[in-house]
Amino acid sequence: MNAMLQPESAAPAAAPAPAPVRRPRRPLAANASTRARQQVSATAMKIVAPLLGAALLVLVWQIITINNSSFPTPLVTLQEAVKLFSDPFYSKSPNDQGIGWNVLASLQRVAVGFGLAALVGIPLGFVIGRVQFVGSMFGPIISLLKPVSPLAWLPIGLLVFKSANPAAIWSIFICSIWPMIINTAVGVQRVPQDYMNVARVLNLTEWKVLTKILLPSALPYILTGVRLSIGTAWLVIVAAEMLTGGVGIGFWVWDEWNNLNVPHIIIAIVAIGVVGLMLEQALMALARAFTYEQVSN
Amino acid sequence: MDEPKFIDIEGVEMVFHTRKGVFHALREIDLTVRKGEFITLIGHSGCGKSTLLNLIAGLLKPTDGVLLCANREIAGPSPERSVVFQNHSLLPWLTCYENIHLGVERVFGKTETRNQLRERTLQALALVGLTAAEGKRPHEISGGMKQRVGIARALAMEPKVLLMDEPFGALDALTRAHLQDELLKIVAATKSTVVMVTHDVDEAVLLSDRIVMMTNGPAATIGEIVDVRLDRPRDRVALAQDARYGEYRTAVLEFLYRKQAHPAKEAA
Repeated sequence: MNAMLQPESAAPAAAPAPAPVRRPRRPLAANASTRARQQVSATAMKIVAPLLGAALLVLVWQIITINNSSFPTPLVTLQEAVKLFSDPFYSKSPNDQGIGWNVLASLQRVAVGFGLAALVGIPLGFVIGRVQFVGSMFGPIISLLKPVSPLAWLPIGLLVFKSANPAAIWSIFICSIWPMIINTAVGVQRVPQDYMNVARVLNLTEWKVLTKILLPSALPYILTGVRLSIGTAWLVIVAAEMLTGGVGIGFWVWDEWNNLNVPHIIIAIVAIGVVGLMLEQALMALARAFTYEQVSN
Repeated sequence: MDEPKFIDIEGVEMVFHTRKGVFHALREIDLTVRKGEFITLIGHSGCGKSTLLNLIAGLLKPTDGVLLCANREIAGPSPERSVVFQNHSLLPWLTCYENIHLGVERVFGKTETRNQLRERTLQALALVGLTAAEGKRPHEISGGMKQRVGIARALAMEPKVLLMDEPFGALDALTRAHLQDELLKIVAATKSTVVMVTHDVDEAVLLSDRIVMMTNGPAATIGEIVDVRLDRPRDRVALAQDARYGEYRTAVLEFLYRKQAHPAKEAA
């Protein structure tokens, strides 16, 4: 009701203040040549060094393949990759689909499992962080279950859902939920006492406390939880799919192993890495957009 | 100033149970504040002056004794006793306008229209001279401006009592003097009852009707009270020449550095 009276200050998330990125100011170089030299070394660090690292890796790979005929050379792998990525979205049969479909199938499972985990985990984290009794209630259970490999939960999923796909989603759900619960709870507990005193003096309703103080203050923590979860989820889906089968990048790797198509396995490893990196970067950008600059005197 | 006991504090004791043991912060506090009076609490660090302020705010509950405001027991925090915090405590994700509006909406939201609420918020901003900073977030404005927004937020709720915890402590001397003058004007205009914690002797003499001086902790209590009978409106430059100003100042200094000399803090 109150929120409707006041559209100017709707959800704080709607108008985030992108915190300006502060770079440490470099001391002003007296002469231009020093500055130019610094720029050259910065470029070297940013571009040349990573390229050199990649080249070294390929070189080591090439050396290994000289005396090892079962292992494909970098060139063969590259040719295979070009072939594979020239048509990533073909679909000949349920078991023979392009790598694009496989990656998308895995991403879809991660999205569903992860989304359900966020839906349950973030509100649960809020309650655990806000109500001490609930925190004490669930604390030991979470500590006990958190270190368990999500794959150990796969049979329970198979038993309950009687199908491979929901069981894989279930594993993702389990592995994603812990970091989200824990980080949300920590974020809510670490809301500065000053802000809570403001809430008490202004006598804000619990809803206003939630939307105007707890949520914006805990948001960076929540997003850290989300980032950790999605990283783990992407790790787990590959393993879970190897066990459950069907379409998906994990099963695809296993299938190519059964076909003894080693170049495809290497390509899949790189593809999995690239997708994971992109997920991580996207969430880091999101976290940066929602981090408020700490206000000091 | 007709209500002699607007705030009435009787026999208040405050004991904290910490991990390190029991800490007796305040003992036998008796104080009454008249309506429209300006009271400052002064004392060395750790003498429990902020604790006393938090008790009046209702942020703490006394171990023993009673606190009354307008004949009602202080049971918890309330917008009618609004607080200006030492570190301003503005919410960094809200603009200056929204920070003030949050309190205004809570106090007047049920009885007034949206336009009236907006009007109140803008008036509060204008009162502290920050109309231009309406849409800025706290990290975009200076420390003095933040503290003014904090004051505006407290005043906009039309509190019965304005509680201030070293509101100008973190500011430079010039900004502080400027805000003190503004505060004098605002208080004269709104006839607010004010209880303010300070460690600045000049600030206490300039602003107060009475200066409540506290003994050193632990188990601190009210040592002496100085009645400041200087005419209002007060002008800091004229007062510097005033003999009575010097006397009040000496009385407070005498108490703080002779009678309650703080061995560890004397250098500071």
